[in-house]
Amino acid sequence: MEIIDHYLYTKEHEWINIEENQGTIGISEYAQSSLGDITFVELPAADDEFDQAAQFASVESVKAASDIYSPMSGKIIEVNEDLVEEPELINKSAYENGWIAKIKLADLSETEDLMTADDYRKFLESIV
Amino acid sequence: MKLIFEKSVEGRQGFGIPQSDVGPQEGIPEKYKREKPACFPEASELDIVRHFTDLAHKNFSIDTHFYPLGSCTMKYNPKFADVVTQIPGFANLHPLLPQLTKGETLSQGAIEVLYETEQWLCEMTGMDHFTMQPLAGAHGELTGVMMMAAYHKAKGNQKTHIIVPDSSHGTNPATAAIAGYNIVAVPSDENGVMNMEELAKRITDETAGLMLTCPNTHGIFNSNIDKIAKMIHAVDGIMYYDGANLNAILGRCRPGDIGFDVIHINVHKTFATPHGGGGPGAGPVGVTKKLEPYLPISRVVKHENGQFGLDYDYPHSIGYVAPFYGNFGIILRAYAYMLMLGQEGLKQTSNHAVLNANYIKERLKEHYALAYDHICMHESVFSASLQAQRGVHAIDIAKFLIDKNIHPPTIYFPLTVKEAIMIEPTETESKETLDEFIETMIEADSLSKTDPDSFHNCPQSTPINRPDEVKAAKEMNTNYFAS
Amino acid sequence: MLKVIGVNTIDDLFADIQPHQKPKSFDLPNGLSEFEVIEKIKRIAEKNTTNLISFLGGGYYDHYVPAAVTALISRGEFSTAYTPYQPECSQGTLQALYEYQSAICTLTEMDVANASLYDGGTALYEAIMMAIRITRRKKIVMDGGVSPIYRKIIHSYTNNLNIEFKETPVVHGQSDRDQINNLLDKDTAAIILQNPNFFGTIDDHSDIIQKAHEQGILVIESVYPVSLGIVKTPGEMGVDIVTGEGQSLGLPLNFGGPYLGFMSTRKKYIRKMPGRIVGKTIDSSGKSCFVNTLQAREQHIRREKATSNICTNVSLCAVQSLIYMSLLGKQGFVNLSQLNLDKAEFMRKTLETIEGVEVKRSSPTFNEFTVRLAKEASVVINAMIEKGFAAGFPLGRYYKGMENYMIVAVTEKRTKEEILKYAECLKEILSQ
Repeated sequence: MEIIDHYLYTKEHEWINIEENQGTIGISEYAQSSLGDITFVELPAADDEFDQAAQFASVESVKAASDIYSPMSGKIIEVNEDLVEEPELINKSAYENGWIAKIKLADLSETEDLMTADDYRKFLESIV
Repeated sequence: MKLIFEKSVEGRQGFGIPQSDVGPQEGIPEKYKREKPACFPEASELDIVRHFTDLAHKNFSIDTHFYPLGSCTMKYNPKFADVVTQIPGFANLHPLLPQLTKGETLSQGAIEVLYETEQWLCEMTGMDHFTMQPLAGAHGELTGVMMMAAYHKAKGNQKTHIIVPDSSHGTNPATAAIAGYNIVAVPSDENGVMNMEELAKRITDETAGLMLTCPNTHGIFNSNIDKIAKMIHAVDGIMYYDGANLNAILGRCRPGDIGFDVIHINVHKTFATPHGGGGPGAGPVGVTKKLEPYLPISRVVKHENGQFGLDYDYPHSIGYVAPFYGNFGIILRAYAYMLMLGQEGLKQTSNHAVLNANYIKERLKEHYALAYDHICMHESVFSASLQAQRGVHAIDIAKFLIDKNIHPPTIYFPLTVKEAIMIEPTETESKETLDEFIETMIEADSLSKTDPDSFHNCPQSTPINRPDEVKAAKEMNTNYFAS
Repeated sequence: MLKVIGVNTIDDLFADIQPHQKPKSFDLPNGLSEFEVIEKIKRIAEKNTTNLISFLGGGYYDHYVPAAVTALISRGEFSTAYTPYQPECSQGTLQALYEYQSAICTLTEMDVANASLYDGGTALYEAIMMAIRITRRKKIVMDGGVSPIYRKIIHSYTNNLNIEFKETPVVHGQSDRDQINNLLDKDTAAIILQNPNFFGTIDDHSDIIQKAHEQGILVIESVYPVSLGIVKTPGEMGVDIVTGEGQSLGLPLNFGGPYLGFMSTRKKYIRKMPGRIVGKTIDSSGKSCFVNTLQAREQHIRREKATSNICTNVSLCAVQSLIYMSLLGKQGFVNLSQLNLDKAEFMRKTLETIEGVEVKRSSPTFNEFTVRLAKEASVVINAMIEKGFAAGFPLGRYYKGMENYMIVAVTEKRTKEEILKYAECLKEILSQ
């Protein structure tokens, strides 16, 4: 299953792509395939602030609903409005077009709590 | 098939409204009036009768099909109960009548039914009191948990969570959350019952109570249940009996005798009231003396002179949980059912339910993986794991059964068993029906070996094939007039 | 069968129940035959008084139920079916519920409806919780004209939930604009209104709703469906969440249940709405069909985060009301509504002429109205029972200081003769 090398991951299957003090967040290929066809994404509002591991969005498929937790603390800069009309973008492109939100990071040291791509690969092997 | 709205012909009407005998009266001012009438169908009575008869033909039901739906107890609903609820003395009785000053004397019969049903349920379950108010099983559950919260509040207990088994029904956590509690789940042991060590680890002073079905969702009676009750009571927790499976143990065991403090009953399961395609139900709640002060009002009382009454004067009560006295029409059916069966008949229902479930379990266990190979109670849980290796999943077997005119068992529940197939035949089915079902299940297993692909087109015989649920969820077409 | 299972007796199947866990008692009467049960229950029913000519309402009305409603709803394919989780073999129930949702939408002029809730009171509670979820605010402004029975239910449920309730009085039978506006603030989730209210008065709440929306506050309105044949709809007024008691739509009074709670709302709030929802889609061969949809909101998937703990609804009652609405049809429903209004107006005018009766006329009413008597209402009602009438409901039971008031309901079933006889008896009682 595809895992992007330079992203960081959580045990809840979110990814974050850090560029300077900004992070783009989404859910992993594994998460989208376990959920199945996604029919709805509940997005946060711009300027909302979240602590690390706080729930900030949720996704629904026909038979499941899953909360999305923020991998790091920060303030929402932008949300992916395309997901309102096309929630299936997460299924089609979990790591690119299916991104959920961009946040301004509050504390870069929080990356210590996240998994690298290699760690996440091992983590997936341990649970599947 | 067309919608009833699409069959409308302008000017047609299915029911005649009488002419006014008071003549035209002064109307209400224009600003209070609606602009356009509601777009109800314009159809004759015959058009409407045919439409709904056609719709009826598109349903499976107990009257037409075997329904081995685990945990749902779809047993036959005897027809005499329909007659009972149509007796005008009950059907036309206004619920506010007993609230008039001497109104109780005008509704003695109805209050007597509530009182008598309470007596029967107390004796059957070992509880001291019952309320008939909750309008469904899940509503009963909420009522029970609200009483639990009231008990802890009155005692000044600081409680934060309710313990449930990992196989619990989704209503348990949803109910606990509404009452302000968290849920702590306990895993099952290798025998399919609650793991005692894991349970002990989770019981703390903050434990408000334990909620479980007994027998549990795996169809197994936990012999340690009274030990568990002692552990919960040691931290002043409340033992909550989810009555979803009470139909397995009538006359064999009473929740009140083995340490439970509160119980709700799903009357459609134990007392054969019709499921109605999803309600109406009724969820009477019973309590021991410990929780009695918190019961909802009104409470039914019998005065010394033999008259029945409704009493509202209970200062610790959690209050009203429903507008009146519960789903009276449903309670009346349950009462009639109990009267017919009596002591011996009630015991026999559990005997036959358990016998039927074990018969299916024994005959199918060579073909399907059994989650727990143990004498079961009213239901047993299989897994389609063997068939899944051949590409045939529980859902495929379910759709295959539909083509064979059998309603599928419960699938993918409990969540603790992969590819779960949960079978509950109930006591009202004959050995011939069970055999036919067993043969069909064996046929499905054989076919999974020879032609697994054939399952994916099932069902073929129904009015529709598999629906596109993703389209439904995305487009959200839920109203003809907005579509 | 025992041989196949490998045990000797039925008792062996219950071996997991330990000897000390056996019942301490199971002392119940012997069973009866079918006709014995029916006879016994008929005798119990005779202890109820059902020959009173009824003017009792209070949210629950004695309307006529057409024979075709009872006949169709008694079909086993509707009444003995399970919740339609297997759409291929439940299209009957599913299509009927889609039609029901559509009927509720056109009745209330709202975008979406759910497939029913337990009753009008619990539906109103669910609407309040829904408004709290949508607005993330926790203060509720409750109009005093909302059924006191509903208010008691809501109070029981919200007791543990840290929700602030403010009640406003009723002036001249209608909502008190000034008091409501004074209570609105940034913490207010919703205003709860009822139309017609418990006193029977009709109101046009458009102005209240507009003010509420300016502050991001939702408006919930509980309605009496039969009035909507004529009365301005919640949709026209701009209401956000509509609930109501559907008993009047073809369900017998049944001493309090089963009834029907309905709920409709704006499309944007559909995911915050509790209860089952049926949606239209297509099957694998492209044929249109119906399924339970948006199930991810419900308890069996969302568990502790579900919109409600509700599992079952009242499907059969929903279908029953749909058959009723279909039989009456577009014009028939308007005519029924008009007939109720006309009879009530006639009765109001008749009662006004009696000495010792004051009919409140400051604002319009539908088929129920408040009268003030020269004597205590409960005493008068008791005396009227002796004359064969359930004359009304005494407001003093729920409103302090209103001991001389009662509400009187008139449905299409009451005749001119009955109304005149009622007036005659009332006159006699008041003159004594």
